[in-house]
Amino acid sequence: MSEPLVTQSAERRTARPPLVTIEPLRGWAPLGLHELWKCRELIYFFVWRDVKIRYKQTILGAAWAVLQPLLTMVVFSVIFGHLAGLPSDGTPYPIFTYTALLPWQLFAYALSQTAISLVSHQQLLKKVYFPRLVIPVSAVLCWVVDFSIGFLVLLVMMVYYGIVPTLAIFTVPLFVVFAMVAALAVGLWLATLNVQFRDVRYAIPFLIQFWLFITPVAYSSSLILDRMPERWRFLYGLNPMTGVVEGFRWALLGKSGDVGSLIFISALVVVGLLLSGVIYFRRMEGTFSDVV
Amino acid sequence: MSDIVIRVEAISKYYRIGERDPYKMLRDVLVRSLSSQLRTIGSRLMGRGPAINGDQNKNDFWALKDVSFEVREGEALGIIGRNGAGKSTLLKILSRITLPTSGRAQMYGRLASLLEVGTGFHPELTGRDNMFLNGAILGMKRAEIERKFDEIVAFAEVERFIDTPVKHYSSGMYLRLAFAVAAHLEPEILLVDEVLAVGDIAFQKKCLGKMDDVAKQGRTILFVSHNLQAIAQLTHRCVLLSDGRLLFDGPTAQALEKYRESAVPGAHNATYYQTRTNVPHNHLAWVAVQTSIRPGLHRWGDPIRFEFGLRVAEPMDGLALSFHVVNQFGERVCHFWMTNSDMIRTSEPRTFVLRCDVPKFRLYMGSYTITTWVFRGDSDLESLKNICPFDVTMDGIYREQLWKTGDCAYLEDADWDVGCDDLPD
Repeated sequence: MSEPLVTQSAERRTARPPLVTIEPLRGWAPLGLHELWKCRELIYFFVWRDVKIRYKQTILGAAWAVLQPLLTMVVFSVIFGHLAGLPSDGTPYPIFTYTALLPWQLFAYALSQTAISLVSHQQLLKKVYFPRLVIPVSAVLCWVVDFSIGFLVLLVMMVYYGIVPTLAIFTVPLFVVFAMVAALAVGLWLATLNVQFRDVRYAIPFLIQFWLFITPVAYSSSLILDRMPERWRFLYGLNPMTGVVEGFRWALLGKSGDVGSLIFISALVVVGLLLSGVIYFRRMEGTFSDVV
Repeated sequence: MSDIVIRVEAISKYYRIGERDPYKMLRDVLVRSLSSQLRTIGSRLMGRGPAINGDQNKNDFWALKDVSFEVREGEALGIIGRNGAGKSTLLKILSRITLPTSGRAQMYGRLASLLEVGTGFHPELTGRDNMFLNGAILGMKRAEIERKFDEIVAFAEVERFIDTPVKHYSSGMYLRLAFAVAAHLEPEILLVDEVLAVGDIAFQKKCLGKMDDVAKQGRTILFVSHNLQAIAQLTHRCVLLSDGRLLFDGPTAQALEKYRESAVPGAHNATYYQTRTNVPHNHLAWVAVQTSIRPGLHRWGDPIRFEFGLRVAEPMDGLALSFHVVNQFGERVCHFWMTNSDMIRTSEPRTFVLRCDVPKFRLYMGSYTITTWVFRGDSDLESLKNICPFDVTMDGIYREQLWKTGDCAYLEDADWDVGCDDLPD
């Protein structure tokens, strides 16, 4: 009876499983991106779960993904476009604002979900080990589905308004990634802070509302830039969403003001926020299960 | 001699009371002390550990202190100790859920723990969906789950409901499915924590069988339980923890003996459970089971006393207590509760001593624990699970045959009268 056991264990010894070392964190943790990549299936399952349950037990179901940007567009068009008469760089106002609302809502929903993601997964954090970055990353990714549905509506609107896209339309995925990375970058900071301080949860709706006002969604960035001295204009790019929104308009509507430098600065800000966010997250990771 | 698969070297874990509190609001941190606010926030923001030398709060404590041991491949190791001895903390560190404050643990291979059965299950998803989700969370590859799909479903006995959302499952089905996924993980190291306290007896036997299989396949098992009988069956070696320290490491029989001895705390005779920290809400400060032979050992049929120190920190009316005596299979075999007329009414913070006397305690020989519920109306305020372990023995109770374990759950006093109902032939 014991014979097979011995051979099996001898076999095992030749292919020894990897060594895992558990010790206190000293200094700064490595980014752990390799580990994250190994968990891509888990990320997939988390995204799949979130998408699958998002509109469960709703009457309208996935129609919500269309209704939310569409209704906002209607309100914006009536109030800002029609009543307030905000300029829209020569494009019909509804499509002008819808083009910005899509990436904006992708960002806003992804950010708010990411920021509370660690706390809402506290049961998991306390019971199972897996690279914790999986949680915020999948919280961002799952909004791509809503975005895609909303994007189809945009294509229909472009046909309706007779807008012919240029080749620049092929850069849209780039700006989608840009919006998601921006949400992840800010979300990582907020999610980590939220573990410790639940104040974050209350600050998020306010933050997002505030952020919407400073982002050229309802208005054109030229409205702001024209009132700024030339050499200070880059400051407006410090808001990463300026870059994203202007990028979208450029890629889809072909309007090109002088937005290249804005986008570049926004991208720099996002990269900085993302790097610091990941570092901070990794640094705090070990305490999540004790504190959350 | 087989290889060492787990090496634990002088692991310590320090908890600050703040870290065990549910969570803090920024405001709480700010108002605590003006002078130290910036330092506090700073260190919390950076997740710094405690200042080990210097200002130690009396509520801070070492959940583990310098624990070292090694586990060889294919070995089944029991981890025993009273509540709060550090078992859970040790498991959390080994399963990488929390980091040690100092020391180091090294492991070869995938470690799966059955302490997380069903975590990550989503009520809206079907059994099938949850199998994949839960499997992925536990570290299985998709292909691996697909391969074992039928086996897992069969083990869980949920074939008919596999496409039903698990929110419609009975709790038994839910647990079976959850356990089935975890049990098919095929890790090099399996960590089992009180999992046998779930499900019905038949399923528990199945689980024990599965664990036996795992052990026979030469994989390593760490088994944590209050069920001393299961520990004795499954393991040959045990480590005994007490107050975060390793008290004993050796053969199971000796460890169990030492464990029973250690169940005698010096200061309070027979007080087995005591809260460690100043809990701000209403809670049980201590619980004592006064057994008849010696602390932790009770003779069948003798009077037993259950005593509870209920700390009412937030005065309210209608507080009451109930408790179960739970057997080694996790079944609640006795239920005791306070009647309305005994409910606690107070308008100021006080500690009440609640005493429950059972004149003849007739549960059959075996190992028991108690589970308590502090409640008010329909809401449970605090529940302590598996505290105050004690054994019931038949020593000194005479019968012609030897007493055998498992003969019955409850043994009633009875008088027999034997007579003839017809005339002699």
